Amino acid sequence: MQFALLIYHSPEEFAMRKNDYSDPHLGAWRAYYKALVEAKVYVGANALELPETGTTVRVKEGKRRVQDGPYADTKEQLAGFIILELPSVDAALEWAARCPGASIGAVEVRPLAPEAMRRGFTG
Amino acid sequence: MNGSNQEYTHRTIERVARESYGRLVAYLSVHTHDLASAEDALSNALVSALNHWPQDGVPKNPEAWLLTAARHSLIDVIRHQKVVLESEPTLKFLTENSTETTLSTQFPDERLKLLFVCAHPAIDPAMHTPLMLQTVLGLDAARIAQAFLIAPKTMGQRLFRAKTKIRSGGIPFEIPPERDLPERLDAVLEAIYAAFGLGWDDMAGADQRGRDLAEEAMWLARVLLQLMPGEAEVQGLLALMLYCEARRAARRDAKGRYVPLSEQNPNQWSLPFNRGGGTPFGGGFQAWPRRTISS
Repeated sequence: MQFALLIYHSPEEFAMRKNDYSDPHLGAWRAYYKALVEAKVYVGANALELPETGTTVRVKEGKRRVQDGPYADTKEQLAGFIILELPSVDAALEWAARCPGASIGAVEVRPLAPEAMRRGFTG
Repeated sequence: MNGSNQEYTHRTIERVARESYGRLVAYLSVHTHDLASAEDALSNALVSALNHWPQDGVPKNPEAWLLTAARHSLIDVIRHQKVVLESEPTLKFLTENSTETTLSTQFPDERLKLLFVCAHPAIDPAMHTPLMLQTVLGLDAARIAQAFLIAPKTMGQRLFRAKTKIRSGGIPFEIPPERDLPERLDAVLEAIYAAFGLGWDDMAGADQRGRDLAEEAMWLARVLLQLMPGEAEVQGLLALMLYCEARRAARRDAKGRYVPLSEQNPNQWSLPFNRGGGTPFGGGFQAWPRRTISS
């Protein structure tokens, strides 16, 4: 089954990557990515821009409402995600513990919805 | 059918339900990972038993009868679910595995598996023991809530949430690998001792339910000891329960009043238990645990 590792960063951590994208953890992330690919569990991943670049959209009574900023008003914000193909949550928790994001901030492990349901969305 | 026969049938159903609950839930949920559905299916089977047994008589193998009925109920539920494709293997398992599977030899491990599932680190630690008491020992949410001093409704909701996580969260239904055992063992031992404690409290009025619960707890500790023969914590817990159990007959006087330890009649204590030899522990226990029990 597939799991998402949702990587959350603190404002301090986001602040560190502001200027030239010279992330101090770059080496750790590269090694982690390599390990995931070698273990043949990697499905996909991406990093997100800073939370303040986010825009939240809702449609209420047919009207579009646009709000500056991310959806959730919390200290730690979503910074990126990784999708992995794994046999169980145990394996997912292990990979999450090895993720540099877990040492920097927090990593939420969440199973993807069952495939049949996802197929339903795409039709 | 006369009244006493009917009463006998009802008592039998109650006893089988008590003794088989955890084993049947463990067996019914091993493929679906869906504890709530397994419990529902078993409830349906028990209702069906209440309808049929008084007329048709108690079947020769009541547990197998319940398993068959519960399995059919579960198959119905799965067939009605929308997700047809993914449930194929489960249906195959439920229909192909015959009821005559050697229940008694296979089931202890299934139940132990369920204990470790309930103790998974991805589940709120506060729910480990309540989950085990419900799914493995068949206690209802109200009774568990009472023991944990929580409103029954709240306990019911928390149990439901935990079961949803077990069903959809990718928690494997297996005895964890050896390196993960110690992490989960504490929770399993806690649940076993909680069950024993609940049974112990109930023993006041020589309540059969309470005695059964205490016996279930000791049985589970023995099964656990088979799995981890060298584990001092398991040996210690089993020893503690056996020493308490040995004095059970002396705990109350003829009128059911409490008798303090200093006034108990040692002749009423069960000697085989107190001698602590190999017998009560089964094959695994050799000597008193050398490792100290953590205080």
